[in-house]
Amino acid sequence: MTDAQDPNGEDVELELHLLLESIYRKYHYDFRSYSEASLQRRVRAALVHFGCPTISRLQERVLHEPSIFTELLRYLTVQVSDMFRDPTYFRAIREKVVPYLRTYPSLKLWVAGCSTGEEAYSLAILLSEEGLLEKSLIYATDINPESLRRAEAGIYEVERFVRFSENYRLAGGRGSLSDYYTASYSSAVLDRCLKKHILFSDHSLATDSVFAEVEFVSCRNVLIYFERDLQDRAIGILKDSLSRKGFLGLGMKETLRFSAHADSFHDFSPEDKLYQKL
Amino acid sequence: MASARRREVIVMGGSAGAVDALATILPSLPADFSLPIATVVHLPPDRVSDLAGALSYRSAVRIKEAEDKEPLTPGCVFVAPPNYHLLLERSGHLSLAVDDPVHFSRPSIDVLFESAALAYGPRVLGILLTGANEDGASGLLAIHRAGGQTLVQSPESAVASAMPSSALLLEPRHDVLPLEEIGPFLLQLHRTGWEA
Ligand SMILES: C[S@@+](CC[C@H](N)C(=O)[O-])C[C@H]1O[C@@H](n2cnc3c(N)ncnc32)[C@H](O)[C@@H]1O
Repeated sequence: MTDAQDPNGEDVELELHLLLESIYRKYHYDFRSYSEASLQRRVRAALVHFGCPTISRLQERVLHEPSIFTELLRYLTVQVSDMFRDPTYFRAIREKVVPYLRTYPSLKLWVAGCSTGEEAYSLAILLSEEGLLEKSLIYATDINPESLRRAEAGIYEVERFVRFSENYRLAGGRGSLSDYYTASYSSAVLDRCLKKHILFSDHSLATDSVFAEVEFVSCRNVLIYFERDLQDRAIGILKDSLSRKGFLGLGMKETLRFSAHADSFHDFSPEDKLYQKL
Repeated sequence: MASARRREVIVMGGSAGAVDALATILPSLPADFSLPIATVVHLPPDRVSDLAGALSYRSAVRIKEAEDKEPLTPGCVFVAPPNYHLLLERSGHLSLAVDDPVHFSRPSIDVLFESAALAYGPRVLGILLTGANEDGASGLLAIHRAGGQTLVQSPESAVASAMPSSALLLEPRHDVLPLEEIGPFLLQLHRTGWEA
């Protein structure tokens, strides 16, 4: 993606800032404290998609054509996910966290930044195999309405299940992943009995507050897209949503180590990115 | 305006043969090397490897896996973790990202180089090493256009020449050096204070 005019970095930064400010003022989505470098990349991809020569031109269109904003959200957010992504994480939940979860009469869990649902369904399958699903409710939230719709449908391309199944096996799955979906030609739909326990809804870690009181929250590969201050805000919300001794799980390259809230958690299993609220 | 052209960060990338290339370059750098170096090396996705550890053993400079939002400190080599893109932020921090692969690669060299061009412009030195695909070519061009300095390992000295050759096809004015001269070249710039 090369640009004939090659504006200098400062101009691009200014234009991006104005675009994000407009989006915030008009649509109340707050991307102003997102990591700039990767946001710049995705905005450049959006410029190509919308045929806009500059970010300012895109800003004008976003302000005057609201329908474009939904499409732009697809670029501003990163919808990359897998079932049982990083199998060791799910194996650790199964082996180390489940024994604690068993002791509760009922369970609420939260997948923050659930994208198209893969992580929430993975958790539901794990809970079902541990005999905990019937007493569980999983909240799964995201800011991208299109992703939430797809998450709710629970339909994925059939080719993806090769990797999903391999991940499931490595994560310590007790049966076969095919026990949980019905495949037709090119797609597979996940079982209703999993969906019954998942509530998908809109929630932003950047603008909304505490979501519900939960015993476990998984927030993976969302915080890396935030600058430090916003990371702290988001972790604060996750912390305040957790009950005492509740668990927090992060992405494999995310950590509480540098966070302002590090002291509120115990390093339960840092190599698995699992923390326990004190 | 010589001062405006002072280099402040080095970005380096390669694929096939690049681990050995780095093992040739990095041991020539002193422990007090004055610039930070961010690197992307493609590795087979299924190989969980401790690249930083492997490179550390003969080098005086500190070599570590890059962490999200870590400050880009001088004298340290930051290696992109497998399966994550590595980007430079204007604020002087590193970021990781799980966006889709670019040129079938995550981490991608283009992603690192383009972020460096945007955040640091003329203050970047970009180095593209041996490799078997085209990743890095357009990123190096972006650094060149932003007024940064660009260096390509000579295709003849590369285990796989496709990567350096594609970069030179896009922009023939990149500097070219054989592998053995890249370390001494960096050492020279380090001693003269990075004025271009
Ligand atoms: C890379 S995906 C991660 C999906 C899943 N957690 C995983 O690890 O596979 C990042 C998700 O975070 C969502 N997201 C971005 N900003 C958010 C915010 N402020 N609040 C909640 N979710 C957000 C994006 O829409 C996207 O679905």
